[in-house]
This record gives sequence, structure tokens and C-alpha cells, in this order.
Amino acid sequence: MEIFASQFMQYALLGALITGLAAPALGTYLVQRRLALIGDGIGHVALTGVAVGLLTAQAPVLTAVLAAVAGAVVIELVRQRGRTPGDVALAILFYGGIAGGVFLVNLSERHTSASLTAYLFGSPLTTTGPDLLVMGLLGAAVLVVAVGLRPWLFAICHDEEYARVSGLPVGPLNLLLAVATALTVTVAMRAVGLLLVSALMVVPVATAQRFTGGFATTQWLAMVIGVLAAGAGIGVAGGYDTAPGATIVLLAIAGFAVAAPAAAGWRWLRRTGPDRTGGAGAEPPELAVSR
Amino acid sequence: MTPVLELRRVVAGYPDRPVLREVSVAVAPGDVLAVLGANGSGKSTLVRAALGRLPLTSGTVALFGTPVHRFRQRHRIGYVPQRLGAGGGVPATVAEVVGTGRLSRRRLGSRPRPADRVAVAQAIAAVGLAGRDRDPVATLSGGQQQRVLIARALATGPDLLVLDEPTAGVDAPSQLAFAGTVSGFVAGGGTVVLVAHELGPLEELVSRAVVLHDGRVAYDGPAPRPSGYCADWPPPAGPAHVHVHPHAPAEPPGIWRGDDR
Repeated sequence: MEIFASQFMQYALLGALITGLAAPALGTYLVQRRLALIGDGIGHVALTGVAVGLLTAQAPVLTAVLAAVAGAVVIELVRQRGRTPGDVALAILFYGGIAGGVFLVNLSERHTSASLTAYLFGSPLTTTGPDLLVMGLLGAAVLVVAVGLRPWLFAICHDEEYARVSGLPVGPLNLLLAVATALTVTVAMRAVGLLLVSALMVVPVATAQRFTGGFATTQWLAMVIGVLAAGAGIGVAGGYDTAPGATIVLLAIAGFAVAAPAAAGWRWLRRTGPDRTGGAGAEPPELAVSR
Repeated sequence: MTPVLELRRVVAGYPDRPVLREVSVAVAPGDVLAVLGANGSGKSTLVRAALGRLPLTSGTVALFGTPVHRFRQRHRIGYVPQRLGAGGGVPATVAEVVGTGRLSRRRLGSRPRPADRVAVAQAIAAVGLAGRDRDPVATLSGGQQQRVLIARALATGPDLLVLDEPTAGVDAPSQLAFAGTVSGFVAGGGTVVLVAHELGPLEELVSRAVVLHDGRVAYDGPAPRPSGYCADWPPPAGPAHVHVHPHAPAEPPGIWRGDDR
């Protein structure tokens, strides 16, 4: 544990843990909606924000938040309207984002495309105190939304038409989910980088749902897995001098690779155990409804 | 008495090709109305219009006496869609899906109250799935999944149940369980609007039927009974009427068999 003695390692660990907690919490909804790669797209858009920050000597995190939120809102509006072919509109936005980032950063005299590498692949070891504060605030906001509004966000992701008939504020909730996705992307930018963000939003969820049967339990287990992968990743990176963002993601994927067959074996054991369900059998129809 | 649901001269659909052409239907409290008709006759469009999910070209829709676009007491409606939308990539338990039926009664961000948990448990029991509340929905049979959606609608505590083809492709035990659930709901004073292709075990419950044909109401009256007026063929001479029971001989084309899949 002495590798965490220095302050920059502590900052790196804290930042990674915030990311490991927030990314899967929000990612559960994206996986539910089968929009697993949307985080990747928003990451592309955020790159333009980073470049604006570098060009204007503002904090890149803040400009990235603005660009990511704007991109997420546009993506959500395109999705709601459903008129434009969704994939084409999204492709324009994504590649516009990354091209804009590269174009803008090269306008600056002090920066080149190489300056973007830290944001594309993460550089948790350079996390500063103010960075950590921003990450903590954004991460807390994401968790409040993702955990606090779980039944409502689950409802709109599970059956949007039913949610509308129920009178839920589906449009605002969708926008809130989009904004929270954008915030998650910028939180994760430091730890794993914009190109690897989606991995932490998706892979822990994919691993968790091998073992779970419910939405809430999947979300909680995914957050535990995310925190473990992020913490272990920083530890390994610090101890063996590997690239931290890539290490975190590879550990998460290794977890999935181990968990998938393990879960299959576990289900096989349960199936061969005593039958605990009545099957699709005939429940009697003498059922009273209390209204 | 204020109708639970009232459509007046509703025209809706595409601008150049209305699906509903001046449809007027009123549903009184306690009615069990079956909306019948061939595929493409406008049944599902009627349901969407009734729930305010479709802009009207002309006409009005009122729920409990309030124009549908101003109707806010959404918890008074229990809606059962034709089948589970998209499903989703993450597992969900029966209780979680049924629990979303309570959200129309909960303030955004509030914790569930004991009454919410009780309503969810009772609704799950009412559809015959007691003890399965922690099971992943994906592990249930198609008929059981349909019952989960009915439980979700019941958990709301509705006065009106709107069911879109609730028994399509559902196994016989689930159809029976479903008929029992609906009869319990009706016995408690509930009103039901039911879109159906075949009534099956629901036939005994239906108090009134509306038959749509090509976007118009072709028949509106007492529920047909195959064992009654038309059981003997040919029917006695009388006012023009439409057969709405399936599998009867010599049906008018277009009502049932005409544009079947």
C-alpha cells in the first residue's frame, strides 16, 4: 500500500474510485436502453470542449462539460424526433466532435494533437486538487440522479410508452439522463480517457448482470465491480508503471472474462438443484383484486 | 353519470388517410367494453387516441369528464400494452416492473411508502404470480410476462383498465388467470376497455362490444353471445346486425377474416 503514500497517487486513486462508482451507476441505464456506445459518442464531442479549453487557457474539464452536455442534449433530441436517420446524425456529431477537437487544438501555439492524448486515454496520475473537486461534485450529481431517481429512470428506459401514459415527465427525464451521461463522461475523462469511457459504463454492468436478476441489484453490483477495477487498476499502474486508464479497462474486461463462465457454472448448479419454481404452470384463476 | 371515457366524432391518423373516421364511443362506469375488428380497422389507434397519445385531426376525447390533454389524474388509468416494449439489456424483477405502476402516484424522487409496497404485492398476487416477485421477468413464460404487465396496471389502483390485445399469443392458463383478474377488478367497480381479436375466456365478462370496420363504428351494442340470438343459423329475420364472434359461418368479409394476417 505504500505506493499510495504520495499525494498524486492518492489523488489518482480517489479520482479513479469516483469514476468507478459513477460510470457503471449511469451506464446501467444505457445498457438497459441498448445505447451502450452512446458514452463513446459523447466522449468524441467532449474532445472539442477540451480543445476549446486548451485554446482559450480555460480549465479543459469545464469546457468539456459544456461541450458534452450540449452534445448529449442534441443526441437526445435527435433520438426523440426520430426523423433523421439516427445513426447518420450521430456519426456526424461524433466525428465532428473529434475533428473539431483536433482542428481547434492545433490552432493554439502551445498545443498540438499530442496534447489531447492525456484526455483521450486518461492521465489519472496528473489529477490535481481542483480536478478532484470538480470530479467529486460531478460524480456526486451523477450518483444522486442515477441512484436517487432509479425507479423513474428505470421506467422510461424499460417502457417509454407506458411511462408516457402514466403521466411521467418523460421528456425532461430523458434530457436529465442525457446530461448525467455527459457529466459521467467528463468525470471519467481524467481516469480512463474519453476513448475508454464507455468501457467503464458498460463492462461492469455486463459482468454484474451475469449474476443478478434485478435492475437495482445489477446497478449496485456494477458499482462495486467498477470501484474494484478502478482501484486495482491504479494500484497495478502505480506498482508496475503501466498506463492507468488502459489497466483499469483491461482489469474490468478480465473480470468479465472470468465472471461469464463462472456465472454459467453457477446457474448450472442452481438448475440441477431442487426445482424452486412451479414452471409456467396453471395458477388458479380464483384471484381477487383489491383496488 | 359522467362517462369514464368518451370519444366524440374522433378523426385521427395520417393527414391524408385517417385511421379513425368520426368515431364516437362512450364508456360508462362499470362497463366492460370490447373493441373488436380486423387488423387495420383502427382498434389500436382508438386506444392511443383514448389515452391522449395521438393528435386528433378533429373531435374530442374526454377521460372522467376532462379533456384528455388536460387530464392529470393518470393514476386512475391502468394501461396494458400489447407486449413488453423492447425489454432492455438489463434484467428486472417482477416487483421492479410492477413497481413502475406506482410512479404515477409518487412524487419524483420520493421513497416508496408502505402503501406502494402493499399495492405492488397485491397486484402481483392478483395475477397469480405471488411468490415470484423477485424472479427476473425474462425467466417467465410469455403469458406470465403479460400478467406482469397487467399487475403493473393494477398496482396503479386504477378506475379504468385499458388493455390492448391482452390475450394475444398467451397460453391457456394465463388467459384463465387473466379472466379471473379482470372479473375481480370489475366486481370491485372498475371499468374496462379491451381491444381484442378473440375474446376467449373473457367472453362472459364483456358487457358491451364495439366493432370497428375501416375506421368507423360498424356495431355498438350488447356483447354478442354465440349461444344466444345468432346461435341458430340462419338467424331470425330482424334489424341488420353484425356477427362479432369468431369462427361462425358466413361472416361478413372485412369484419373478422377479411384482412387477417
